[in-house]
Amino acid sequence: MGDLLSNLSLGFSVALSLQNIGLAFLGCLVGTLIGVLPGVGPIATIAMLLPITFGLDPTGALIMLAGIYYGAQYGGSTTAILVNIPGEATSVVTALDGHQMARQGRAGVALGIAAIGSFFAGTVATLVIASLGAPLTGLALIFGPTEYFSLMVMGLVFAVVLARGSILKAIAMILVGVLLSTVGLDLETGEERMTFGLPFLSDGIDFAVLAMGIFGIAEIMRNLDHTEHRDVVRQAIGRLLPNRQDFKQAYKPVLRGTFIGAMLGILPGNGAVLGPFASYTLEKKLAKDPRRFGRGAIEGVAGPESANNAGAQTSFIPLLTLGIPPNAVMALMVGAMTIHGIIPGPQVMTKNPTLFWGMIASMWIGNLMLLIINLPLVGMWVRLLKVPYRMLFPAILMFCCIGIYSINSLPTDVMFIALFGFVGYTLIKFGFEPAPMLLGFVLGKLMEENLRRALIISRGQLSTFIDRPVSASLLAVAAILLVIALLPSIRKGRDEVFTE
Amino acid sequence: MKNIVLALAAVAGLATTGAQAQNYPTRPITMIVPFAAGGPTDVVARIVTDHMSRTLGQQIVIENVAGAGGTTGITRGAQAQPDGYTIMMGHMGTHGAAPALYPNLKYDPAKDFAPIGLAAGTPIVIVAKKDFPANDLKGFLDYMKTNGEKVNMAHAGVGSVSHSTGIFFNSVIKAKPTMVAYRGTGPALNDLMANTVDFMTDQIVNVAPQIQGGNIKAFAIATPQRSPVLPNVPTTKEAGLEGYEVSAWNAAFAPKGTPPEIVKKLSDALSKSLDDETTKKRLLELGGVIPSATERTPEALQKLVESEVARWTPVLKAAGATAE
Repeated sequence: MGDLLSNLSLGFSVALSLQNIGLAFLGCLVGTLIGVLPGVGPIATIAMLLPITFGLDPTGALIMLAGIYYGAQYGGSTTAILVNIPGEATSVVTALDGHQMARQGRAGVALGIAAIGSFFAGTVATLVIASLGAPLTGLALIFGPTEYFSLMVMGLVFAVVLARGSILKAIAMILVGVLLSTVGLDLETGEERMTFGLPFLSDGIDFAVLAMGIFGIAEIMRNLDHTEHRDVVRQAIGRLLPNRQDFKQAYKPVLRGTFIGAMLGILPGNGAVLGPFASYTLEKKLAKDPRRFGRGAIEGVAGPESANNAGAQTSFIPLLTLGIPPNAVMALMVGAMTIHGIIPGPQVMTKNPTLFWGMIASMWIGNLMLLIINLPLVGMWVRLLKVPYRMLFPAILMFCCIGIYSINSLPTDVMFIALFGFVGYTLIKFGFEPAPMLLGFVLGKLMEENLRRALIISRGQLSTFIDRPVSASLLAVAAILLVIALLPSIRKGRDEVFTE
Repeated sequence: MKNIVLALAAVAGLATTGAQAQNYPTRPITMIVPFAAGGPTDVVARIVTDHMSRTLGQQIVIENVAGAGGTTGITRGAQAQPDGYTIMMGHMGTHGAAPALYPNLKYDPAKDFAPIGLAAGTPIVIVAKKDFPANDLKGFLDYMKTNGEKVNMAHAGVGSVSHSTGIFFNSVIKAKPTMVAYRGTGPALNDLMANTVDFMTDQIVNVAPQIQGGNIKAFAIATPQRSPVLPNVPTTKEAGLEGYEVSAWNAAFAPKGTPPEIVKKLSDALSKSLDDETTKKRLLELGGVIPSATERTPEALQKLVESEVARWTPVLKAAGATAE
């Protein structure tokens, strides 16, 4: 404990230097502003802004980059809430209820609770990293391909629960998502699958492209086909910040979301994406009236946003303690560290204690900055909704195109958002939910790859999934969840058919 | 009259291109890095161009165009205007292994480029899980002879450096371990540290910290000399293995048809950057090998590309590796 305090005070002495506070602030601000652009998530933002950190010392540069990361992450949620365009997998869930809240004139409350929930989660996650970082590293190593496959199975069960309407339609959408994730080069053999010989499909479909098309562009098309209703969003602005009643509803989801997100964030191979989905599922299951979900429930924003931010922070654990990046953003941080002459690895903690603890301390400062920057900005974002839609939507469309092009510099990506937009619009019209499809898409690839990896290593023994205790328990939880999820909906589904 | 105007215009055109080459560069230069930001090639490109920009008096902007093992970005670079304002950072994969891996490749590494120069090589290291029942390369090779089929070799995906160099390694030691593919080096290393897979070959920059930290063990480094980053790791030759010397080299190229004066300016700037103490120090920290003055020339790079294509094509074809 004494160690922890002295380490943290070392960290804060580094992070609280005037220069580093300034850099944390700048990083968070720039990250937020760029992250708000549709499609420009943390990865694209950090890659774009990487060169501006070259002139700085490594600690300052990393503090700034980490700030950009949190900022962009938060900015992505803002876009998800305001215009229903999730920039990355983790903000898909935020879009579900967040955008509904915005439509009901509660955009300010949604943004506010997201900021406050994120800050709380960030504070807890910082403490977790500081006190338990090293021992928790083991968790990343327990999760091999077998365990990962089972975790993904559990994740797909969440997707079933996620759906608002018909369970059959939800399962169909999940399967479409899984199918879409198999487009591109097969990892094991290098064979092209379902690419029709088109070179731009050989690396598969980019998540941001799919999400922006299915959610964002489709949303614009849907709004345009009945202009009179669209004005709902701009009429009632409502309160800017959450009140006591909102907090009362939100504090438990925030606590649970923080815990779930922090745990899943440590896992290798992008385990953090499951955090918001898991939190949403849990809140929906615990709610007295689950029907409110998908119709603007504040718990559906508070929980997932906390899980999202907690996971974003704890995913630094494998990077800082092992030097192994658990996801694409962290891989980019590895690159940033190497450019600054620090090769991430198990020695960073002992060799560069000022950098290590300075970064941890700056995480908390970054979260505080985010709160300070974003609460005043809430008013500005909400006012944005007052802009008449006929003027707003061309701007959104243009930013979508710029944003998506800036990620890979591929013109085909821009054309693809149009295609997926059309597909998304058709799906909405037929009453299919796009969210389960996106989850299926994200998990499908991980699931397939880990299944094959696990089977290759076990030489084709399926029993490997039951022999390994962690994997077996995850599968058991998945089975139980599925039964709980299916039973009432099958019954309810029948009822609904009869009442219709 | 019309012909005179045309002729005049042509002369004027020539004159301006000459002047353009002389004044080059007058605006920022784009360097296409065919991999995601943060990867080893990206890091080398950013370190080297930082100093080059100062010599040239214009910023070199890195554009990451990732995809299809780097061939997407290089294809785009090969088709760019050959005016010196679009150049690219190729590597062992895009300009050596690619013709074998991608039968429909849209460029010829040896014919479609104006080579600028070699930037840095990153040596390949043979690493194994901590619990592997052998402690040196000889023990490892003996173990492979009797248990080859049982052993799992990790790699970072078809077309990656660890995949190509791994296939080459297997062909040299005549072993057939089971190949396990990962999406990138990070997850592969994670499972190597967790003792889930047995061994792999990868670039020193990726594995050195884990070797130093004792999380994995290193059998040999595939270079003629030991690396200052891993002074205790023997070279393959020292450890008794002939015929396995591989480096994931990175080199700058311009599209074919770029005026020779411009290529010379770029090549000189690159060479100057490699002589700069800060650049050198940063590359050496990564375990990079800095090419000697004779290895840096465009001519030397052209030869290297030709010899690399000749080396990789039979090895990869024999293993049936393709990425299409």
